[in-house]
Formats: sequence, C-alpha cells, structure tokens
Amino acid sequence: MSDLLRTDGAVLLAALRPILAAKGLASAAEIEARLLETERASPARGAAIVARAWTDPAFRARLLADGTATVESLGIPMRGLPPLGVLENTPELHHLVVCTLCSCYPRAVLGYPPLWYKSAGYRARAVRDPRGLIAEWGTVLPETTRIRVVDSTADYRWMVLPLRPQGTEGWSEAELAALVHEGDMIGVTVPRRKGPADAHA
Amino acid sequence: MIHAPGAMVRVKDDWPETRGPCHIRTPHYLRGRTGRVVRALGAFPNPEDLAFARPAPRRALYHVLFPQPALWPDGRPGDEVMVEIFEHWLEPAP
Repeated sequence: MSDLLRTDGAVLLAALRPILAAKGLASAAEIEARLLETERASPARGAAIVARAWTDPAFRARLLADGTATVESLGIPMRGLPPLGVLENTPELHHLVVCTLCSCYPRAVLGYPPLWYKSAGYRARAVRDPRGLIAEWGTVLPETTRIRVVDSTADYRWMVLPLRPQGTEGWSEAELAALVHEGDMIGVTVPRRKGPADAHA
Repeated sequence: MIHAPGAMVRVKDDWPETRGPCHIRTPHYLRGRTGRVVRALGAFPNPEDLAFARPAPRRALYHVLFPQPALWPDGRPGDEVMVEIFEHWLEPAP
C-alpha cells in the first residue's frame, strides 16, 4: 500500500486490534460489528426518526424526554455511545448545533458528520454569527424566531427535530422522511415541501 | 454545588492552559461569562482526568444558556448559545 493510503487511524487500529483481543476487551467479531453499525448509520435514519415524531405525538414526547432509550427502541444500538438529546424547533425557537471544540456529532442517528461541520470556519461562525452562517445555505428565519446555538462540548450528542413543513397534512411517514435532510437535523437548513406550491409560499 | 434550573451562574475566569498541559471542555469564549442553568444533564467522568488516564470522578454536567449579546459585541438580542458545562467550572453569579 502506498504511504498516501496508510492513514494514521488505520495504523493505530491495526496496532490496537491484537492488544484489545489479548486483553479480552473487544474481539475481532465485536469490532467488525461496530464498524458495520457505524457504516449503516446515515441521515436517512435520522429522517425516519423525524418523520415518526411528526406523525406520532406519543413517540415525539418520548424522543424529546429520552432520546437514547427512544431510538434504542427502534433497534438502533446505543450501548457504549454518548447519550442522545433531541432539540425541538418551534416557530419561536430554532436550534443550530455545533461543536466548537472538535466535531461531536450524533453519529448513531446521522452517520458521519459532513466535512464542513468539522471546519474551523463553521465552528467559529456558528456561535458568533449564526444567522449570517445559515444564510449561506439560503436559510432565512423570521425576525420573530430566536436562534439557540447549541455548542456540543461534552458528553451528550444533539440532534435537531425540525418543524414539519406546512401543507404536508396526511402525508405518510415515508413521504415526510423524504423531505428531511442532514442539514435540517443540524439546523443549517429547514425541511421544505417540494412542488409547485412552493412558488406561492 | 448543585445548580437548580433557572439559577444564574458564572463560568470561572480560569485559564488552566496557561499553567501547563491540560484538556478542557469549557470553550474560551465563555470564561468569566454569566448564564442561566437550563437543566442538569447527569454526571459523567471528568474528561479533564480521562484525557490523561487519571482516575476520573463523576462530575455533574449542566446545560447553561447565554444571551448572544453578552458574549459578542455584535450579538443579536434574543439569540442565545446553550453549552454543556461541568459543575467545577460554574460558580453562583455575583
């Protein structure tokens, strides 16, 4: 393998695997299972959770009260992972998640963070100029909506439950989930209903 | 010390990074700033010890809310920053 392809992380993992196995801390099979699970997580998983919360008030209440246990009840393994907190957007309050110290991200429900999420520019601007920052995604909030920037500095991981777009009454969970994208659950964008009606919105 | 939701707290104006190697989860921009406790988030092993493989006693973690204008000269009134801060970084607001 060329040096270009030998990442520090891969070298470290190769060195750690036999040590973890020898100490009985994690078997090769357990490491493979966790790798697979990490790869399986993606924004589609978060979108399905959001759609369920939009259509099932009891689920929504449980999700906001205890994100970890509630997503675990959907079959998402959370053991050994940081607890998950879910922040509900309302017409009055919009959440924007950042980790100014590093790149803390709710990987169990959203997968790997987008590259910009780890950039110094995003991290510095999110806490200081959140409106100017999300405007670069085309997101302009009403004057009456407060922004609450959530700096993820410690042991929780935070996911945003965005507002359900108007005009989606009666939609199925699958149709609703298709409206929800990665940025909506970070707070840089908001879900929008697609279609000609948008022109009149 | 236990901080109830709604209590006004001040983040210590302390700079351990000037005294030697350390690992801190309290962002620079909050040191010495005053905010309001939103909720207690539970107790977690202190990352400042974990980072150096020292015994890490569990510390209470709080969600603390700061008004943007109290942090930045160009902060917009009404906008806020909410941050997880460990108990040993918080003191009652004067």
